Amino acid sequence: METANVPQQDISTYSGNKKAMYATQENGEYTTVASTGWSVEEEVTKQALQELERLADNAWQAVCSGTFSPLYFHMYNRRMDLPTLAQSTGFFQWRVKRHFKPAIFRKLPVKTMTRYSDALGLSCEILCTLPSERVPKDD
Amino acid sequence: MTDTHFKHDHFAHCESGVMSLMLRHHGLDLSEPMVFGLSAGIMFAYIPFVKLGGMPLIAYRNMPRGIIKGLQKNIGIKMKLHTFSNPEKGTAMLNTLLEQGKFVGAQTSVFWLPYFPPEMQFHFNGHNLIVYGRDKNEYLISDPVFENPVRCEIQDLQKARFVKGVMAPKGLLYYPEFVPAEIDFERVLPQVIRKNAKSMLKTPVPIAGVSGIRALARKIVKLAKKEPRYASLFLGHIVRMQEEIGTGGAGFRFIYASFLQESGVILNSQLLAESSQAMTTVGDEWREFALMIAKAIRNKQGKSIDFKAISDKLLSVADSEAEVYKRLIQI
Repeated sequence: METANVPQQDISTYSGNKKAMYATQENGEYTTVASTGWSVEEEVTKQALQELERLADNAWQAVCSGTFSPLYFHMYNRRMDLPTLAQSTGFFQWRVKRHFKPAIFRKLPVKTMTRYSDALGLSCEILCTLPSERVPKDD
Repeated sequence: MTDTHFKHDHFAHCESGVMSLMLRHHGLDLSEPMVFGLSAGIMFAYIPFVKLGGMPLIAYRNMPRGIIKGLQKNIGIKMKLHTFSNPEKGTAMLNTLLEQGKFVGAQTSVFWLPYFPPEMQFHFNGHNLIVYGRDKNEYLISDPVFENPVRCEIQDLQKARFVKGVMAPKGLLYYPEFVPAEIDFERVLPQVIRKNAKSMLKTPVPIAGVSGIRALARKIVKLAKKEPRYASLFLGHIVRMQEEIGTGGAGFRFIYASFLQESGVILNSQLLAESSQAMTTVGDEWREFALMIAKAIRNKQGKSIDFKAISDKLLSVADSEAEVYKRLIQI
C-alpha cells in the first residue's frame, strides 16, 4: 500500500482517533501514516457491535418475560457470553447457567453476588434489577 | 506528580510499540518493524477449538508476550517480569517502580480502559501499554496505539490489569534489566528471518503458518452450509483480526515488509529488498480479500455470499505468501 492510498475515511468506530498504518512512499521506502480509518474496518466492527446489541436485546426480552434472571441480561450488556463470564468469575459454566434461573439467582449469597459484581463492574443492586427500558444505541 | 522526560510515540501495534519505545528509552533505537521482525513476529494461526466471543482464534502474529520473549531470546535483552495474585499488591508494586523513575510495561484488558472509545471496548486481555508517571490519582500512560499520551485513574487501571479469563494479564508488569548497547545484525537478522520463514512454511500442524491460511480458506467454503448470520459474522471476524486489531494494515504483513526493507539496507541484500516488495504485494492482496468480505456482508443476505470466490482469493494469498518465505529461507 502506498501512502496516498492509506484510507482516510473518518470512520465512526474510531471516534476521532487515528491508527498508525505502514505504507510505502514514492521512493518505495516504508513510513507510518496516521489513518482516520477504512470503511472495510468500520463495516466489520459495526457488524460485531450490532451482534452484541442484538444479543443484549434478546436477553432483555428473555429477562422481561421472566424466564431468565437479570444476570443473563447484564452479561450480554457487558459484551460477554457464557464462557467469558464463567472465566472472569471463576465459576463453572453450569453454575453460571444455574444462576440464570430467576428463583435461584434471587437467593444467591452475598459472596457469590460479589464475584459477579466484580467481574461485570456493576453494583449488586444494579445486578439484581433489569433496566425498565432498552434504549436503542445508535451506531 | 512524577512526570518525567518520557517521550510518547504512535505505533501500529501495542506489544511491538511498547518494546520499541521502552528500548529507545534505554538507549537502543529499534523501530517497531525491527522489534517485530527480530522477535520472529510474523505468523498465521487458525485455531478452531479455541473460541473468543464465540469465534475461533485467528492470529496474524505470534502469541501474546511472544515479542517480549522473542527479543529476549534473539537479541539478548533481559526483561524483568512481575505477575501478582493480589490486585492491591500489583498496584503497590507499580507505584513503587514509578517512584524509582522506571517506565513500566503493563498488560491489560481493553474493555476496562476508560480512555478507549466504547466502539473499541471488547473483551481482549492481551493489550500492552507503558505507565510512565503518576499525577495524584491518575497514571500517565503511553498507549502505543493512541496518537497522544493518555491518563487513567488508579482504580481503573487496576481493574484492567486484573481481569480473569483467557490471556488473563495477572497484573503483568515488565521493564528491561539489561539492554545491549548494540546488536550483531549481520549474524542475527539472517538467522531470525530464516527461522520465521521456516515456521511459516513447515509447521507440522495444519492450523499454523501458510497451511493455517489454507485451512481457513477450506473452512470458508464450508460456511455456505451454516446459518447465514453465523457465516457472515465469521467472515467479519477474520477481517477484524486482520485490520481492527492494531496490525499496521493487512494483518502485520506491511510491518513485516517494512522490517525486510530495513534489514535489506543493513545487510545490503538484494534478496531482502525484493522480498520486502513481494511482501507488500502480499499485504495488498490481504486487503483485497478484506474488501471482498466487506462487500459480501454489506448486502446483508448471507445466501448471496460467494464463499467459493472468497475462499479462492484466500488460497491465492496463501500461495503468494508462501513464495516470499521460500525465497527468505535461502538467505
